[in-house]
This record gives sequence, structure tokens and C-alpha cells, in this order.
Amino acid sequence: MEKTIAGKSITVNEEGYLTDFSQWDEKVGEALASEANIALSPRHWEVLKYLQNEQKNQVALSIRRIGKSGLVDIKEFYQLFPPAPLKTATKIAGIPKPASCI
Amino acid sequence: MKETNRTPVMHETNGTPVMHETKGAIKKMMIILSKGTLENVYAAFVLANGARMEGIEAEMFFTFFGLEAVHKKKLEHLHIATVGNPAMHMPTMLGGLPGMEALATSMMKKEMEKVDMPEIPEFLDILSASGVKMWACKLAFDMFHYKKEDLYEGVNGIITVGDFYKKSEGEGVHMLFI
Repeated sequence: MEKTIAGKSITVNEEGYLTDFSQWDEKVGEALASEANIALSPRHWEVLKYLQNEQKNQVALSIRRIGKSGLVDIKEFYQLFPPAPLKTATKIAGIPKPASCI
Repeated sequence: MKETNRTPVMHETNGTPVMHETKGAIKKMMIILSKGTLENVYAAFVLANGARMEGIEAEMFFTFFGLEAVHKKKLEHLHIATVGNPAMHMPTMLGGLPGMEALATSMMKKEMEKVDMPEIPEFLDILSASGVKMWACKLAFDMFHYKKEDLYEGVNGIITVGDFYKKSEGEGVHMLFI
């Protein structure tokens, strides 16, 4: 479905995840973050860029992987993107929701 | 029949059943682990972690053999059950042979690593970092003559059943016994 955000028309799935990453830019990310009541700090951006990079390298994202990233530990990840960090952060980053149980 | 605020009641609205109480949203999972076999411990851990990943609070109550999952010296030596477990598809006599549980456990651990399933000590650290509260059952703790220092550091306290029920109060709280 189509959605207008940050003055731009983007295509999202029924859960609000972007279906075409080329439509994503930092303004879209910021608008999606504010929908999730999150004000993005430089620390948030580090994590978001990391997630986008992992997605680009086709790494399956999981909480365990995040904990082993060396960038952010699990506790901080929950603090940065409450209350469901993996779901929230991937949505803001414009990448698909990870199909992970761990 | 008279409704109370506390009781979820099913209503028919335009033929569709609607659940009251925050529209049925799950806010907190209270998971009771009473068994110390690896497959049950993993089930409890995956459900607790999965709740946190969805933004649902989770608390765990470790009782009877489930306490072994948070006992520092025992938690690395949990086994899957090869006897009395029809899903193993193994004759009971064979499952009872010495070393069989260890063999089956090591085979399963290899498969678990392939699906990115952490081992018990790492899983406990993940749960703890994710904000899962862990409670040891006082009765079982006393019965097994455990000491506080025997328990994994992430355990929040040793409490009674009554304390656990008290912590389970509120809307959208669900309880699960494993």
C-alpha cells in the first residue's frame, strides 16, 4: 500500500515495512522513527546503518546476532528501540522484518 | 450476567466475538518452568525471549527440576530425555543405555547451533539482558538444599508461589506452565 511520509510517497506492506529500500532516505527514517516515538540520536544511526549493511550482505538478523555485533549489546538495543527493538529498528531502517524467533 | 472490570468477557458484536480487556493484547507472559530436560528448558527460554522481542514483558518462575536451568553447576549439563519420549522414535530399552542421553543431546546441540540457537549459558545472558525477570521457587530451592550462590547471577530473587501470583496481577497477563 502507498503511504505519504516526510513529503514522499512510499510503498509499505500491511505491517508498515518498506517494500522497496530505494524509496528510503534519512528523512523517511526520521519520520518512521517519530511514528514509533523515537528521536534518533547519532547512536541510533550507527545501529540503523549497521542493520542496513547486514541486510545488504544478506545476514539473517536476530537478537543473538545483534548481541554479537560488537557495536551494541542487547540491553542497549532494547533501550534504543523500545519496546520491540528488532521489529522497530528494521522498520525505521527501511528493511524487511526479520523472521527470527531468537 | 453482571460484568466486572477484571473478568475478560466474550461478546458478540455483529456476529464477531470481541474480547474485552485491552482487546486481548498480551502485555506480560508469566512462564513457569518445572522441568530440567533440555527440550523443555529451551521451549521456556524461546517463549520468554520471543515475548521480549515483541515488546511483551516476561517473567520466569523456576521450580522443581526447572531450577537446574539456573543452577550454575548444572545448567551446562542438561540433557534431552531419550526414555519416555515417544518423539525420539527410539525403542525405550535403547534410550536407557548408558551414554544415550549424552549422545542424543550432543546431536541435537549441533542442529540447534545451525538454527542460531544459543547454548544455555549464553541464552540466560540474552534473557537477562533483554529484561526477563527470573525467580527461583523457594520451596524447591529449600528442598534441593541449594544456596543463593549456586544460582545464575541473573536470578532476581527466591520467592514463594504467592509472591509469583502477586507479580502476575494486571490486565493482559498470561501464565504458562512448562
